[in-house]
Amino acid sequence: MSTVAETNIKPTPEHGTRPGASIRSRLQDALPKIVLAPSFAITVVFVYGFILWTVYLSFTNSKTFPSYAITGSRAYQRLWRWTFESDPPSSWYTSITNMGIFGFLYIFICLALGLFLAILLDQKIRGEGMLRPIYLYPMALSFIVTGVAWKWFLDPGLGLEQTLHQWGWTSFHFDWIKNKDFVIYTVVIAGVWQASGFIMAMFLAGLRGIDGEIMKAAQIDGATTFQLYRRIVIPLLRPVFLSAFIVLAHLAIKSYDLVVALTSGGPGGSAWLPSNFMYEYTFKRNEMAVGSASAVIMLMTITAIIVPYLYSELRERPR
Amino acid sequence: MSVIATPARQSTGGTSARTINRIVIYGLLALFALFYLMPLFVMLVTSFKTMEEIQNGNMLALPQAPTFEPWAKAWGETCVGLTCAGIKGYFWNSIKMVVPAVLISTLLGALNGYVLTKWRFRGHTLVFGLMLFACFIPFQSVLLPMATILGSLGRFGVTLRNATGFSFGLGNPTVNLVFVHVVYGLGFTTLFFRNYYEAFPTELIKAAQVDGASFFQIFRRIMLPNSMPIFVVTVIYQFTNIWNDFLFASAYAGTGDAMPMTVALNNVVNTSTGVVEYNVNMAAAMIAALPTLLVYVVAGRYFVRGLMAGAVKG
Repeated sequence: MSTVAETNIKPTPEHGTRPGASIRSRLQDALPKIVLAPSFAITVVFVYGFILWTVYLSFTNSKTFPSYAITGSRAYQRLWRWTFESDPPSSWYTSITNMGIFGFLYIFICLALGLFLAILLDQKIRGEGMLRPIYLYPMALSFIVTGVAWKWFLDPGLGLEQTLHQWGWTSFHFDWIKNKDFVIYTVVIAGVWQASGFIMAMFLAGLRGIDGEIMKAAQIDGATTFQLYRRIVIPLLRPVFLSAFIVLAHLAIKSYDLVVALTSGGPGGSAWLPSNFMYEYTFKRNEMAVGSASAVIMLMTITAIIVPYLYSELRERPR
Repeated sequence: MSVIATPARQSTGGTSARTINRIVIYGLLALFALFYLMPLFVMLVTSFKTMEEIQNGNMLALPQAPTFEPWAKAWGETCVGLTCAGIKGYFWNSIKMVVPAVLISTLLGALNGYVLTKWRFRGHTLVFGLMLFACFIPFQSVLLPMATILGSLGRFGVTLRNATGFSFGLGNPTVNLVFVHVVYGLGFTTLFFRNYYEAFPTELIKAAQVDGASFFQIFRRIMLPNSMPIFVVTVIYQFTNIWNDFLFASAYAGTGDAMPMTVALNNVVNTSTGVVEYNVNMAAAMIAALPTLLVYVVAGRYFVRGLMAGAVKG
């Protein structure tokens, strides 16, 4: 973030205002703030005010309707107890373990695949202009459409399994989407399909930004292609890794629609993520306090990742 | 960059090693292209098949007798919940929601970005930081309070209609969704314009000020004419996001006639009465995907730029 408008070149005509200036000119001075005020007020009320409201609700005994008598941290205690209740697994236990599996695999595979494809595409490929949009178009689709498409593709009776059976590979078996222990991995597949092309584009932009001279110098020194990428290119891409990680992490925690469309929650809620847990408990199971507490936990997770990042991005850097 | 593959420096490996190398690279790229295209291809061919052909044929085979029947049925006849009038109504719902929401949030974002870069005040970074963080919150943490507020506004709207004969849009699900999308889209639109205007020469603004131009004159005459690229990026980004939204749509317009397209599609696919018509489901999914796909095909470059800008760093 550059600081174009340092204090001394600030275009605000403040220095022109005298104490006795007319209301009109004072209004003129305040105009920028007046223009910004509604947006800022909306953000304060509907984002931060609502977050506090949700936090408040999580400490009440709200069921179907909000109740505003504080009854302590019962909702959190229940979630905490459920965290360790793995036999039979509670929905919350399932949701957070799924979040762990999904989050890790989704981020890791997207980064690895994105980088791999970007490096391949960067080898002076003929037809790059045609391949890039093909890798990237899933990002334009909604999670619902993605879910519908993959639900069909992964359905054992209709999709891939059936097709391979028809081609003669009758022992092929792939029913993850109907299997409560594996259904979360189908969410990973569909999620990776959707986002990895975009991560590829981020890495490709990063690769194109690297100074060719550095590469030439390394090659003259006899570095192999592999060494070149491992020792020079990938370390140079560190900022891209960070941005990509942030994008993927917050997409992963927010994922909700994909699970709904792809699995309808999976057999017995086995594909739930915390976002699905929150929605179900708040709107369907009439456990508003528990739902709110889970939303607060989601928010805290994202905050822990995003705030340090935003802070480092927005810090006024000396030029 | 790509000096690795320049022929001049690679003479040691010999031509055959190089050729094999290239074949492997192209092979891998083609394989991944198949991976990305497959679901769309399957969706597309299935939507042109008859049910009989789907049940007996191969998923990957081209339709033997292509028929538009499923598309017509998805558009005008299929059942969404209990109403069987196709998805066309929901398609228009989405349009009615997307257009105002995109326009309002983009315009507000432009003004905010202008103030936050060219009319800075003490604490502008904090204001921007607070607005930016709003982009990243899981919407679950505001979902319930918003539902409560929209509910009471709706009740107030009923009172208002009984008293004056007009509810001023209060309680209308489409209006509610427009409002919600403007509120939670502001962070992104402000981010886009702020980053864009940051690079815009402040000297020009100063010169215009010396000439006596006012705040809005500068915005209209100097900033707006130079903002075309970022407008395109922002509009595309907002359009895609709002069109594709499911969480808000299902929470605030999840039932009834005001459902947006995504919710209606999910209902079509998960309706379990009678025979599941896969071809109709796929046609409905294609119809839901077409607007954003079209935008992507027409303005792909701006689409990517928007996504990148959404990653904070350009």
